[in-house]
Amino acid sequence: MITDVLLFIVFFVLLLLMAWPLGRYMAKVYSGERTMFDTIFLPMEKTLYRLAGIDGAQEMNWRQYAGGLLIFNILGMAAVVAIQELQAILPWNPEGLAAVPFDLAFNTAASFMTNTNWQAYSGETTMSYFTQMAALTVQNFLSAATGMAVAVALVRGLTRKNTKHIGNFWSDMVRSIIWILLPLSIVVSMLFMQQGVIQNLSPYVTVDTLEGGQQTIAMGPVASQEAIKELGTNGGGFFNTNSAHPFENPTPLTNLVQVLSIFLIPTGMVFMFGNMVKDRRQGYAILAAMLLLFSVSLGGLYASEIYGNPITGHGLSEPTNMEGKDMRFGTNGSALFAAVTTAASCGAVNTMHDSLTPLGGMVPMLQMMLGEVVIGGVGAGLYGMMMFIMLTVFVVGLMVGRTPEYLGKKIEANEMKMAIIAILIPAVTVLFGSAISVITEAGLAGLNNTGPHGLSEILYAFASAAGNNGSAFAGLSANTLYYNLMIAVGVLIGRFGVIIPVLAIAGSLAEKRVSPPGPGTFPTTGSLFVLLLAGIVVMVGALTFLPALSLGPIIEHLLMLQGMTF
Amino acid sequence: MGTNSNGFNKKILITACREALYKLNPKVQVRNPVMFIVLIGSLLTTGFVLRDAFQGSAGNTTFALQITVWLWFTVLFANFAEAIAEGRGKAQAQALRQTRTQTQAKKIIHDKPQVVEAASLRKGDIVLVEPGDLIPSDGEVIEGMATVDESAVTGESAPVIRESGGDKSSVTGGTRVLSDWIKVAVTANPGETFLDRMISLVEGAKRQKTPNEIALTILLVGLTIVFLAAVATLYPYANYSGVSISITVLVALLVCLIPTTIGGLLSAIGIAGMDRLLKRNVLAMSGRAVEAAGDVDVLLLDKTGTITLGNRMATEFIPAAGVSMEALADAAQIASLADETPEGRSIVVLAKQKYNLRERDLTTLEAEFIPFSAHTRMSGVNLKDKVIRKGSVDAIQKYVREKGSELPENVKFACEGIAKSGGTPLVVTEGSKVLGAIHLKDVIKGGIKERFKELRQMGIKTVMITGDNPLTAAAIAAEAGVDDFMAEATPEGKLALIREYQEKGMLVAMTGDGTNDAPALAQADVGVAMNSGTQAAKEAGNMVDLDSNPTKLIEIVEIGKQLLMTRGSLTTFSIANDVAKYFAIIPALFSVAYPAFGVFNIMRLSTPESAILSAVIFNALIIIALVPLALRGVAYQPLGADIILRRNLIIYGLGGLVAPFLGIKLIDILLVALHLV
Repeated sequence: MITDVLLFIVFFVLLLLMAWPLGRYMAKVYSGERTMFDTIFLPMEKTLYRLAGIDGAQEMNWRQYAGGLLIFNILGMAAVVAIQELQAILPWNPEGLAAVPFDLAFNTAASFMTNTNWQAYSGETTMSYFTQMAALTVQNFLSAATGMAVAVALVRGLTRKNTKHIGNFWSDMVRSIIWILLPLSIVVSMLFMQQGVIQNLSPYVTVDTLEGGQQTIAMGPVASQEAIKELGTNGGGFFNTNSAHPFENPTPLTNLVQVLSIFLIPTGMVFMFGNMVKDRRQGYAILAAMLLLFSVSLGGLYASEIYGNPITGHGLSEPTNMEGKDMRFGTNGSALFAAVTTAASCGAVNTMHDSLTPLGGMVPMLQMMLGEVVIGGVGAGLYGMMMFIMLTVFVVGLMVGRTPEYLGKKIEANEMKMAIIAILIPAVTVLFGSAISVITEAGLAGLNNTGPHGLSEILYAFASAAGNNGSAFAGLSANTLYYNLMIAVGVLIGRFGVIIPVLAIAGSLAEKRVSPPGPGTFPTTGSLFVLLLAGIVVMVGALTFLPALSLGPIIEHLLMLQGMTF
Repeated sequence: MGTNSNGFNKKILITACREALYKLNPKVQVRNPVMFIVLIGSLLTTGFVLRDAFQGSAGNTTFALQITVWLWFTVLFANFAEAIAEGRGKAQAQALRQTRTQTQAKKIIHDKPQVVEAASLRKGDIVLVEPGDLIPSDGEVIEGMATVDESAVTGESAPVIRESGGDKSSVTGGTRVLSDWIKVAVTANPGETFLDRMISLVEGAKRQKTPNEIALTILLVGLTIVFLAAVATLYPYANYSGVSISITVLVALLVCLIPTTIGGLLSAIGIAGMDRLLKRNVLAMSGRAVEAAGDVDVLLLDKTGTITLGNRMATEFIPAAGVSMEALADAAQIASLADETPEGRSIVVLAKQKYNLRERDLTTLEAEFIPFSAHTRMSGVNLKDKVIRKGSVDAIQKYVREKGSELPENVKFACEGIAKSGGTPLVVTEGSKVLGAIHLKDVIKGGIKERFKELRQMGIKTVMITGDNPLTAAAIAAEAGVDDFMAEATPEGKLALIREYQEKGMLVAMTGDGTNDAPALAQADVGVAMNSGTQAAKEAGNMVDLDSNPTKLIEIVEIGKQLLMTRGSLTTFSIANDVAKYFAIIPALFSVAYPAFGVFNIMRLSTPESAILSAVIFNALIIIALVPLALRGVAYQPLGADIILRRNLIIYGLGGLVAPFLGIKLIDILLVALHLV
């Protein structure tokens, strides 16, 4: 128990120690200020621009920015579909894997392009090494950079005044990758390889087991994909079992590095925000709200797992729930991973979330339903939280007798409309996606469990899709035409239904003047604001999903206490 | 609603009840999307109740009927809130309309007045108005001078003087000339006059939603959509889970969750805000300006009339070396006896108070009064044996120099001292012999310093605008406690100052009355024109103060803030209410299929039906309960944002969480006691 808490404390301390300088560094990168790596990276950037014929200094308005982003992502998705369809004739396919069925390829492409990394496939039996590297890993970088670019554009909208311009999409993409994602990925993958994560292009190995049977051991370029999987909050595992696979996550140390990597950039972006708005306390306040929510989630999840299932507990062992967990990581490492990966819209897993206790399983689900703003995805967490900040300052800000404002920018009808759309779209997607699934045969066909647990599985799938998380409550057989299409649509709506309104807000904020703060303005730095922001996030999420959750994990928990399971 | 008369209140209440029914018209109701959803829900449940009544059903018909009735009440209560807010204005509009009807005008056609209908007057027409006539339309006096009774518009019974030229040339249609005559050039077409605008404003008939109201409505619609999705999808989830939920109960749940409290009261809050302004005799031309008033960062205030009493007062006599105090006071008094200016009167008063010099009769002195002239810039008296003059330092210096004399050093020194302290020195001379100086002082209005302190606490900066020199201005500014001042102000200077503040992102409010104020009034975010001012000023500003009291700006700011605070507080209250309603309804929905859900019935409500019904009834009653608050606005005190926020959060946030738990439980007890469930 004490060592468990110690692990959590070490995690928080290390995270803040690393994210703080990263935030300052990222602020410099996106503001075009000098950094210590410019001598290496600037020539790379210039070469890229020359090759693509792009002027990285050309400022864009929000429509141009969104246009560039959409075209780039659509092309990226098309490329991922194409590579999957052609993998049989492409190189690095020692196992001779066939073309991926179209609905699965479409689902996978949509999922990786949107930073979701929902995986309806098993990596080792579906994707060639070339597909893993050229299609999926590349998208891991691009989708992460896309999220970071959108967040930066929004921050620019908040800091600039009387302009239509919110930056250059290409420059933000390129800088995200060259200055931030690539160097970090290289360092982390080196560390992983040192710890035993494999990196090769060899055919699968067949070995004789101790029992005299034969086992095929899958190989591949894992380390290079593993690092960006966490750093970019992508979460798509090289193997089916994701970070529970010893070749992906061999040791407790790699487990800690993985959870740290997942939170590193999203947390750093909040610090970056404080630096870019020239008031670090603004960043601290947002992070405090995020960490407050996360601590509650982690505590709840951990407590529920420790409390375990009283039915299995009686007379057998301690009730602590170890089902679906890896002994290497224990309850603490598993609970931490599950809380982190769903808080940050990563979706990598080292534990079977389906096997969590009902309330323990509700925590990851709820974190996704809240809109992936408890830390959240790279960039997506910050801009998602900004939508809730708009809501908070609007409702609460009025109470001080001024029309609502944030950082001196008036929050008016247009911002409110866009913020509401950005919050509404994922929520409505989850509710209706799940509702359609529980009344259609195709939807119910995927269920491996009945009763409340079945509903949880479906809710989890759509929460994961709309929140661009990508983790699964494994009990659902999702590789069907129905789920491949529904989930693909869900991830696309959940991604661009948020990004476009966010960019629209960035554009309209940039045009506004900035009113200086005074004693009459609503302070957005104090503990009161932190509590209010966290409160609004919980209220909106809880009020929206409470009826659905009541029939899923909540009733399952109540019935479990009465000795009933599903 | 005031205490003027109960009959008046009753009349408004009866009208409001009728209006509440009329507003059920979907075309009217759709203006309020949240309540429109409730209306649709009510229609839906009514349909089910009727179907059950005709076909007979297994379900609990009395329960469904009660839910339906209360849903209708929810809509009606919200309509009633809006109607009652409009009621006061409507009564006022009625009174105004009566003054407007059947006015005749004497239109000048080919230099001859000809009687025409006032309604036929167009911009540019010229009318003659004689004693007893109603001024037929808004206009500028182009000839003549008259006393006008403006009580119909301002409520102020003392007549005012209107004359051609200068800043008192504008007249308002519907006011009455008492004496003399004026020729007026009409400046407004029928339907666009001040009176027309006032009627439509107080009636609220053409009320446009204000920007913040629109933004808040978007938020409320967003919440409504979320809850609509949550409730609509609950049906399939419940089906999947083997829980049966009737549509009536789902509608009840939906209505409880969507923000009906703020949705029902939102327009009443807005109308009441305008009404509060009107009670203080301020006409806001747009609700936008009222909201902007809450945001004001900088107040530009004219020194004269706002910060100081209009007139300077003599406070001290300073004799020249070798002149006795009595001699100076005596000369000053004689020179001022016939001077009817407030300064002149104050000299006589000072002489009487300090040196007990009684007023003397000028005729017995055989004195000839020399009034102030722009040319000599002096006034005084010519007596049999002596000539006394008083005037500014420069004017007297010039006067005595011509007579070969100089200002004594100690007088010069005293004058500099007076100027430095913010006063105005006046020098008295008898022939070439300078007797001494009089200290004329600007008198700061009582209590104004405290008001500025309040404003500072609210985060509003005050800037004094004056034509005085910087030295004088600085002294008065310090005494009054304003944050900043602008001396030797010109209309261009004022405009530039406003732009400068706006450039920094601040919202600026100012008052003005003269034509030369018009550009600055138009540029300011909140421009309050004095009703006594020119037509140009009134057109340029976005508010008109009928009392022409420049201090009113401070109250306007407070009303603006109160309006926004009321919206925010009730929104918070409304959302916080949902927690308790979930605790009432969710266990009620599921505990039949899953008795384990009973643990969430923390209010121990007697039955599922009574739980749902109690929540619906509470939801309806809270609208009525909060009508007085919506009309009055939440209490406002000029404190820092932090303190206000904490206070309102505790009252409306925490209160919003707790109140429904108590209310729902209470209603549940009553329902059981009355055997309604």
